Amino acid sequence: MKTDENTGPGATAAPVVSLEQAHLSYGPVLALRGATLSISAGECVGLVGHNGAGKSTLANVINGRLTQTQGAVHHRNADPALRNSQNAQNAGIRSVFQELSLCPNLTVLENLRIPYRNMPRKGWRRVARQKMLDALDLVFPGHGIHARATVGNLTIAERQMVEIAIAFADRDREPSLVILDEPTSSLDAAIAQQLLDHIKRFCAKGGAVLFISHMMGEIFEVSTRIIVMKDGQIVDDQPASQFTRASIVDAMGHVAPDEDTSGAGRADRTLGAEVVRAANGLNARAGEIVGLAGLAGHGQAEALAQIYFDHAPKWKSARQPEVVFVAGDRARDGIMPLWSILRNLSLTTLSEFSRKVMVDRSSEADMVQTWKDRIGIRTDNLLNPILSLSGGNQQKVLFARALASSAPIVVMDDPMRGVDVGTKKDVYQMIQAEASQDRSFLWYSTETDEILECDRVFVFRAGQIAAELVGDEITEENILNASFQMQEA
Amino acid sequence: MSDQTTPDTGHNPLRAFVQKPWLWAYLAAGITFVATSLLAGSGAGSLLYAALTFASFSAIVGIGQMLVITLGPGNIDLSVPATMTLAATLALKFMDTQTALILPGLLVAIGIGIGCGIVNFALILILRIPPIIATLSASFLYQSLAIWSNRGLRIKPPEPLAEFASGGTLGVPNVALVGIALAVCAWLLLERAIAGRWISAIGQNLRAARLSGVPVNAVRFGIYVNSAVCAALAGFLLASFSGGANLNMGTEYMLMSIAVVVIGGSSIGGGNSNVPGIWGAALFMFLIVSMLNSYGLGAGIRLILTGLVIVGVVTLASRKGYSA
Repeated sequence: MKTDENTGPGATAAPVVSLEQAHLSYGPVLALRGATLSISAGECVGLVGHNGAGKSTLANVINGRLTQTQGAVHHRNADPALRNSQNAQNAGIRSVFQELSLCPNLTVLENLRIPYRNMPRKGWRRVARQKMLDALDLVFPGHGIHARATVGNLTIAERQMVEIAIAFADRDREPSLVILDEPTSSLDAAIAQQLLDHIKRFCAKGGAVLFISHMMGEIFEVSTRIIVMKDGQIVDDQPASQFTRASIVDAMGHVAPDEDTSGAGRADRTLGAEVVRAANGLNARAGEIVGLAGLAGHGQAEALAQIYFDHAPKWKSARQPEVVFVAGDRARDGIMPLWSILRNLSLTTLSEFSRKVMVDRSSEADMVQTWKDRIGIRTDNLLNPILSLSGGNQQKVLFARALASSAPIVVMDDPMRGVDVGTKKDVYQMIQAEASQDRSFLWYSTETDEILECDRVFVFRAGQIAAELVGDEITEENILNASFQMQEA
Repeated sequence: MSDQTTPDTGHNPLRAFVQKPWLWAYLAAGITFVATSLLAGSGAGSLLYAALTFASFSAIVGIGQMLVITLGPGNIDLSVPATMTLAATLALKFMDTQTALILPGLLVAIGIGIGCGIVNFALILILRIPPIIATLSASFLYQSLAIWSNRGLRIKPPEPLAEFASGGTLGVPNVALVGIALAVCAWLLLERAIAGRWISAIGQNLRAARLSGVPVNAVRFGIYVNSAVCAALAGFLLASFSGGANLNMGTEYMLMSIAVVVIGGSSIGGGNSNVPGIWGAALFMFLIVSMLNSYGLGAGIRLILTGLVIVGVVTLASRKGYSA
């Protein structure tokens, strides 16, 4: 129980938060088993682990949203009479969650007002607007977001930027520890870089950050210390310099991903006839994996939705649908919150496996069980509510929902948000295998790794196609060039 | 991060049973039944018979309304009373007390229901009017049509039809048999059919349902037409039962159709419906009024107590993890 084991440079005496053997269970499920750690000022702690390893739970125990069932949590200057969440707030702990938690019906500046306790009442809109813009300018220079815009009308990337800016904003209390849970999952590379730069500046000035990410590059870029979690336990906690990519992946309990496999399946496949052509020139051939790249929020999601709506009838249901959709914005586009995992998974294929008007429940159970094993959904009972799963596992359910169908075209709207490295590799292989059986994929992604898996890439800029890259032309450099070229013109 | 229970988690049969939201509607109905029959002393059998008869009309319109409410926030059919009146008036006028025209008369009533449903959904889909406004304004249209065709006359139903509607088979009122048959169909639809999954999916998240390949417009169309057909059928039976159609025969069924859905344990927020609860709630709604009547209370007190009891039952039912 060594709570004062600080290794970061610039670490000061009193830790912002420390945990001693903290346990947390959701009913019979033990999500956190004996976590011991401390975070001090000036540290940037990277937290990695596969889906369902307990990363989000640990973050929620630290910020007081959940109370440990055993063990102790100490916040700096804590008052034992207050609850954990109050102490965490007083200690200046702020969080950006994986599931975005802004109020969509309010404006950007009103969303800042909510956590800002002692804002002057008179003329608060003016104050909030200025504070909000200052915060956005600080983290994301050149963001182009209006403080009076309604959050519901922003793209998912802009919403994420607002949420991050609010966490770093100068409020009545200074932020001492900012917890970022998958903050870059819906940001494109350029914006993500701005965030990483800001984290470094923030820590240099004595702030602390807990950074949860599946992206190894980002973890290594900002972290001074890295914590690895597996099955609810902290299995490794060392200075970042002690780790390599491979040693982290080993500690997480996955086979180290093979760097050379990306794009390997590309050459082997012969492409069929053109199956999709949209008005803006976007097209795909049978058996082709087509990527939609470019900066986030430049019309890729809209182009995909348009293709889906053009091909899916609103009035009748086809036994063999032409196109299926994998949602990235789970809460808005995918999850049925009242249902079990089973019902969520089988929704798209109901009329495929049931021949008549009634649901064939035994085929349904077989199909869902097959996909649970194939894609590795971590649950012991498929009748559990979908919301009992972690974010990454919910995403797997949505994947299975679409891939279980026989539809020749699969439309994917940034589908890997919050999915861990091991599963990503499995899904890449699954996609390559399906493509070699003449399925076409239209794949929007904010991550370069995923775009490199594609046969052909359309780079979007301001709602239009700025470039079409084929085969070896698909490189990060070319994509970035095309994303910015038209901006200058 | 949520520990809410849903109907799917039923490992322990007893616990699962206690958690059924329709239990409370039946419990309330049972208590009022006992309280009323103890006091009135007029025989529990005849009270049950009357309750089953009158609850049938509420249950039939309630089933239609429940499916509409299941479609999610904002979906409601306020044209129920006007559709009942219009269908009953025109069907009885068409039959003109002739026995031979009973079956065609039923088809006329159902046809009017289909027509009203199409008009309702056309207003919602084509003119993009919110359902609450669309069905309310359409109901003025139906009510005016009924006034215009009826001109204040009370038309009698054909004799055999009146006998059927007020009679019974094996001690069960015929109208209750119709209502129970409809409830069984609705249960099969919601729990076992593909369309039932689609209805629930639309109620939880319309956009996600659309993106998962659910034919959303077809399902919504079917549900609005079904609600109007249920109302038309209830109107036809009610007019036959009570000896003729009149212009305000549907009035109380506006609130009744919604009350039985809510008391029956369906989620008012959509996505989660509850067929057995409809019958429990319909029986309860009749019994509470007859209980207060037999205690000899005035109309004002009766309404206040009815309101309080409804609030109580809904609170109890939603306590068990079934929040709207």
